[in-house]
Amino acid sequence: MKHEGSMTCVCEGQGGLCCTRIENLGVRIGDVTILRDVNLHVHCGEFTAIIGPNGAGKTTLLKAILGEVRHTGHLSFVRSTGIAKERPVIGYVPQSLDLDPTSPTSVLDLYAVCRSRSPVWFHIPRRVEQRAKECLDRAEAGHLLRKRLGALSGGELQRVLLALALDPVPELLLLDEPVSGIDQNGLEMFYNLLSDIRRNYDLSIIMVSHDLDLVARHADRLVLLNGTVLASGTPREVLESESFRKVFAGVR
Amino acid sequence: MAMELWYKLVDLLPFEWAEPGKMLFMKNALLAVLLLAPIFGILGTMVVNRQMAFFSDALGHGAFTGIVIGGLAGFMQPLWSAVIFSIVFSIGISLVHHRTKMSSDTIIGVFSSIAVAAGIFLATAGGKSFSRLNSYLVGSILSVTPSEIGIIAVMLVMVVVFWLVFFNRLLFASISEVLARSRGIRTFWLETLFSAAIAVLVTVSMSWIGLLVINSFLVLPAAAARNIAGSQKQYHAIAVSISLFSGVAGLIASYYTETAAGATIVLITAIIFFATLFMRRLRA
Repeated sequence: MKHEGSMTCVCEGQGGLCCTRIENLGVRIGDVTILRDVNLHVHCGEFTAIIGPNGAGKTTLLKAILGEVRHTGHLSFVRSTGIAKERPVIGYVPQSLDLDPTSPTSVLDLYAVCRSRSPVWFHIPRRVEQRAKECLDRAEAGHLLRKRLGALSGGELQRVLLALALDPVPELLLLDEPVSGIDQNGLEMFYNLLSDIRRNYDLSIIMVSHDLDLVARHADRLVLLNGTVLASGTPREVLESESFRKVFAGVR
Repeated sequence: MAMELWYKLVDLLPFEWAEPGKMLFMKNALLAVLLLAPIFGILGTMVVNRQMAFFSDALGHGAFTGIVIGGLAGFMQPLWSAVIFSIVFSIGISLVHHRTKMSSDTIIGVFSSIAVAAGIFLATAGGKSFSRLNSYLVGSILSVTPSEIGIIAVMLVMVVVFWLVFFNRLLFASISEVLARSRGIRTFWLETLFSAAIAVLVTVSMSWIGLLVINSFLVLPAAAARNIAGSQKQYHAIAVSISLFSGVAGLIASYYTETAAGATIVLITAIIFFATLFMRRLRA
């Protein structure tokens, strides 16, 4: 196995840490093996970024963790109390939405369908609106409450989705970063937000990322994925590894 | 009883057909339209959200086949067998779509044509003439009976309850299926239930609105509302208003122009659609 160090990690809830464990995960779709022997341990309070070339199976890995695609191997989550359970509370930030840009769906509508039972076509109670505002404020998106989803910029939409993923506070936060469409300022802001979240909440963050510079500065751990885990460790360790040079030859 | 009350109310209107004791069929049709229009307006919002216009069109074709089969089997009410057939048809399309990787366009196109072909084949088998089925193609709202108005009222109540309970989840699934599923929403059953609701609506009202135009009555009010709405609440309010207005205006206009009510109603929604499209252009 090529991953480094992950098997020796303390992952039994000691020291008040929770942890997500992925063991021997594999995904086959039809005759194509997309992922094999993926082993990862992600601790709470840690920001793990997954990098890799196109078609490396990064999004598939997130979908396997979400239970969207069938996989072999084992997924488990250990709470800080030491109690293991099958499925953690997952917050998910998708790469994009299925919705067309003319849709008359406001940010408040999205929050309410996600977090409230009162039918949004009929009535959204004051308190739901209040909660939506508070929730969005956490991701510096409070001013977007009344905007239509289709009218948001890439960065704004990503912050709205992040705010939503944090309500209720998940145990595992999964983010699938859009390949493009977010300006440099937006990206910087988003990574800063993630750093704050990691400090302020007891959760683990797994993010599929496309921006190696930002990831190198903000992530605690990098995982280089290409069908399986080729390298994992601190950003420095991974970016200087032989595997990284091979995979990203000519990119940097 | 309720109908008596309704006739008394309509008698107050300043139209020649509204005079006491005259033209009950027109008064029945007016009540039917007032109850049908909100159903179309409400369900249409989600048809457009989910980009299902082509799908709902296919459901109409399935419903037509159902009516033919019902007529052949010699049921007293071909309508009920048609309802069952179109529900099965809609679930069939959903399942095939769910299980294969084919684009929904292709699947719907395939199912839709098969349904129409089978319907015409069965209807004309043994050298029978097709013309007896023309009323389903063009529709006649004036033929609606008080007991059928009762069915429409029940449908309206059911759709509103369905919308109160399931709308949030349906909308969520239409915004992002993966995100909705990650929050524990069982999207497949929800979608199937919604398709079945459309199937029932289209089947039941086909003989009043007409198969050829019924899908437009479902899609156009929502499409028009979409041009100017900024939230789901506005979207619904505007879609239902447009649907009600064009339903009533279309019915009354058809009395004077002596045209089929269904087509007249749809033409009025079409005018509103282009007006809102223009308004959107002005604002942009």
